[in-house]
Amino acid sequence: MISRLYGAKGWSAIVAAALVVFAVFPILNLVLPPEHPLHVSAFGVTLGGKIMCYMIVALAMDLVWGYAGILSLGHGLFFALGGYAMGMYLMRQIGREGVYHSDLPDFMVFLDWKAFPWQWWNSDSFAWALFLVVAVPGLLAFVFGYFAFRSRVKGVYFSIITQALTYAAMLLFFRNDTGFGGNNGFTDFKRIAGFPIATAGTRMALFAMTGATLIATLLFGRFLVTSRFGRVLAAIRDAEARVMFCGYDTLWYKLFVWTASAVLCGIAGALYVPQVGIINPSEMSPANSIEIAIWTAVGGRGTLIGPILGAGLVNGAKSVFTNAFPEFWLYVLGLLFILVTLFMPQGVVGLVRQWKSRA
Amino acid sequence: MLRYFLLLVFLLFAGDAAAALDAALVSKLATGDGDEKSAAIGTLVASGDPQAAVLLKALADGEVQTAGTRVLIVKGESATDAATGEAVTPLPDSREDVVVNNRLRRELDGAMAGLRLFAPERAVRAASIKELSGNAGDSMRPLVKKALAHEKDPDLRADLAMIAASLDLKSADRAERLAAVRLLGASGNPNSKSLLLGLVDKAAEPDEEIRKAAQASLRTVEARLARAQFAGLVFSGVSLGSILLLAALGLAITYGLMGVINMAHGELIMIGAYTTYVVQNFFRAHLPGVFDAYLAVAVPAAFAMAALVGMALERSVIRWLYGRPLETLLATWGISLMLIQGVRTLFGAQNVQVENPAFMSGGVEMFSGVVLPFSRIVIIGFAFAVVAGVALLLTRTRLGLFVRGVTQNRAMAACVGIRTARVDTWAFGLGSGLAGLAGCALSQIGNVGPDLGQSYIVDSFMVVVLGGVGQLAGTIYAALGLGFANKLLESWSGAVIAKIVVLVFIIVFIQKRPQGLFALKGRAVEA
Repeated sequence: MISRLYGAKGWSAIVAAALVVFAVFPILNLVLPPEHPLHVSAFGVTLGGKIMCYMIVALAMDLVWGYAGILSLGHGLFFALGGYAMGMYLMRQIGREGVYHSDLPDFMVFLDWKAFPWQWWNSDSFAWALFLVVAVPGLLAFVFGYFAFRSRVKGVYFSIITQALTYAAMLLFFRNDTGFGGNNGFTDFKRIAGFPIATAGTRMALFAMTGATLIATLLFGRFLVTSRFGRVLAAIRDAEARVMFCGYDTLWYKLFVWTASAVLCGIAGALYVPQVGIINPSEMSPANSIEIAIWTAVGGRGTLIGPILGAGLVNGAKSVFTNAFPEFWLYVLGLLFILVTLFMPQGVVGLVRQWKSRA
Repeated sequence: MLRYFLLLVFLLFAGDAAAALDAALVSKLATGDGDEKSAAIGTLVASGDPQAAVLLKALADGEVQTAGTRVLIVKGESATDAATGEAVTPLPDSREDVVVNNRLRRELDGAMAGLRLFAPERAVRAASIKELSGNAGDSMRPLVKKALAHEKDPDLRADLAMIAASLDLKSADRAERLAAVRLLGASGNPNSKSLLLGLVDKAAEPDEEIRKAAQASLRTVEARLARAQFAGLVFSGVSLGSILLLAALGLAITYGLMGVINMAHGELIMIGAYTTYVVQNFFRAHLPGVFDAYLAVAVPAAFAMAALVGMALERSVIRWLYGRPLETLLATWGISLMLIQGVRTLFGAQNVQVENPAFMSGGVEMFSGVVLPFSRIVIIGFAFAVVAGVALLLTRTRLGLFVRGVTQNRAMAACVGIRTARVDTWAFGLGSGLAGLAGCALSQIGNVGPDLGQSYIVDSFMVVVLGGVGQLAGTIYAALGLGFANKLLESWSGAVIAKIVVLVFIIVFIQKRPQGLFALKGRAVEA
C-alpha cells in the first residue's frame, strides 16, 4: 500500500521535508546561537508553523475543489471553528492568571457573567477540546452538506451559500452574547496541556506537530485520490449526471470528502491558534475564505503538491509585502486572482509540467 | 426676541397696566434660596405681567444684579430697577450677580416657554408647546389653561390639552384627575403612555375609578402606538427593500441574465458613491449657488462612471471567462480587491462626507414619534423609477431585445446577425451602471468609504439567489421581502440575530427551491 501511494522519488521528497521540519528547523532554532547567520528566530518558527497550517487548509480545499469540483467560499469558518474549540481550552488554561484573577476568562468578568455558559461545558479538558476540534466543524459540514448536496445545489450557488454561511457565523461570533469573547475573541494564552505556551520548546513542539499533520494530510489526500473513491470523485467533478446514471449515489461521495475537508480545516485551525496566540471572528470573514481558494489556484488545483506550494508562495509573499509595502499587497493579491484565472488555470504546477514537456 | 415679547404680552394683557411688580417677590427672586426663587418664578409667570417677562428673560441672560436691597437689570452701562422699571442712574458701584443654577435655569426656560404660548406666530407657539410637553411644572398649570382658552389652532389645542391633562393628574381634585385620565386616552402623544402606566398600579393609585379609567385609556393609547409602530416598521421595511433592490438590480442583469458572477459588483456601487462625492465637491467649490442641484448631475455621472468601469472590466477580463463561473468569481474578486485599494490610494482609507441637498434633509412626521426622512422617501421613489426604466429598456428597446435574445439562445442570436460580444459588453455596462445608481442613492443615507460595497455584496447576491435567476420580477419581490423580513425580525430580536435568521432562512430555502422563488419553467440543461 505504501509503495502504491508514491514512487521512490516522491517518498524521498517527503522524507526530506520531514527532515527539514523535525531536524533542520529545530537545530537552526534551538541549537544555533541567535547571532549565527543561519539562526531561525522565534518569529520565523511561528511564521513557518502558521504557513504550514495554511498549507493544510489549502490541501483540504483542493480535495473538495480540485478533485470534486465543489468550490467552497466558507472554509475559513471550519478553520475558525477548530481554532475556537482549541481557544476555549487555552482560555481555561489561563486559570486565575487573567487581569481579574477570576476562574472565568477576563471577557466574562468584564461582561459581569457569574458562571460559564453551556457552550463551555467541560472546556477545561484537553481531550474534550480535541474532540470538539474534530466534531464541531465535521458536524456542521455534514449537516450543511447533506442538505445542500441532497437538493443538488451546486456550482456557483453552492459557493455563494457557503459564503453566506461564514458571513452569518461571523456576525454571530461578533456578538458578546454568543459567549466567545465578541469581536476581541480569545487571546493572552498562557499554557497548553500544562506547558507554558511562549517558550522555545513548546513553540518548536507545536511547529513539529503541524509539520507531522501536514505530511499526514498529504498522505491521506494521496490515499484518497488514488483510490477507487478518488476516481469516482473526479468523475463527479467532470460529469456528475453521467456518474449518477451509472448507478452511483453521488451524495455520499461528495458528503464524505466535504466533511473530511472541513475536519482537516478544523485541525489546522486548532494548530494555528496556540502558535499565533489569537482567534477572533475576523477569521470567518468572507474575504479570508476566498483567499484560501487563491492559494489552491496559484499552486494548481487537482494536484496535491500544488496547494502546498500555493499556500507557501502566497503567504510568503504576503508576509514580505505587508511588511515592506503594506499599501501594495491588495493590488498584488487582486492581480494574482486575475492573472491566475486568466493565464494559469493549472497553477504553478501546470507551468512546471508545460515547461517539462517542452524540454 | 425681547421686543415682540413685550409687545405680545402688552397686547394680551392690555387691560392690566404695566404696574410695578411686587417688590418683595422680586427681592425673593434675586436673593432668596433655591425654593424661594422657584416659587417666585411660579408666581411671576402666573401673573402674566409684561414686566415679569422682561425680568425672567434678563435673569436667564445673566443680566440681573443686586445693589444692596435693590434689584437691577443691567444692560451694558444702563440699568433699570427690576421692580419698578425706572431707569437707575448712575450705576451703583458695588453690585453682585444673581446666580442661576441648573435647576433654576430649567424652570426659567419652562417659564419663558409658558409665556411664549401667547405669541401671535403659530410656529413660536408650537415650539413653546413642544418645549413644555414633558417638562411642565405644576406652577405652569394656570398659564397652560389660560393659553388653552386662547388657542384657536386645533393641532396646538390638542397638544396644549395634553399638557394640561398631565398637569391635572397631579391635582388634588378627583373630578379633574378623572377628566384628565380620559383625555390622555384620546391623545396621540407617546408620553401619555408612561403617564397612564403610573396610574394603573394599585400601590400608586388608590382610587378605584381612576384606576379603571386609566386602564381603559391605556388600552386605546397602546393600540394607537402599536399602529404607529407598525406603520413605521412597514416604512423601514420598504426603505431597506428599496435599497436592496437598487443594489441587486444590476446584479440581476449581470448574474441573472448573463450568468456572470460579478463579485466586484459591490465595488461598482462604491464607485457610484465616490462619483457622487466628487460631483458634490465640484459643485461646492465652483457652483455653490446651485449646490442642491448637484444630484441632477451626480445621478447620470455615477451611472456613466460605473458603466464605463464595468465595460472596461468586461472587455479586459470577464469576456475571457464566459462559461467558467467559478473562475469568473475568483477573477472578479481580485478586481474588487484592486478597486478597493485603488479608492484607498486616491481618496484615503477614511470615510468621506456626502451632504444631502436641502430638499432631502428633514422628514415628514406621520404619527407623533414616527418620522419618515425625506431622503428615504426619495430613494424609495428612485428605486421604483429605476426598476421601471430597466423594465422598459429590456422589453421595449432594441438593446433589450438583443439582450434577451442572447440570454435565451446565444448561438441562434448570433446566427440571425446579433453581435453577441457587443451585446454582452452593453449589458454588462448596464448592470454596472445600475450599481453606480445604487451607490449614488446609498451615499445619501450612509457612510461612503472604500468598504461600502463589501457590506452589500452578500445581501445583493442573496436577493438575486432568492428571487431566481433570469427575470426582474423575482428580484423585486425578493428585495422587498428580504427588507420586510429583516426589519420585522429586527424589531423582535435585534439587528444581528435578524440578519443571521434571514441568511439561515435563505440557505434552507435554497434547499427546497434551488432555482429561486420564481424559477423559469422547464428543464435547464446542465452547463
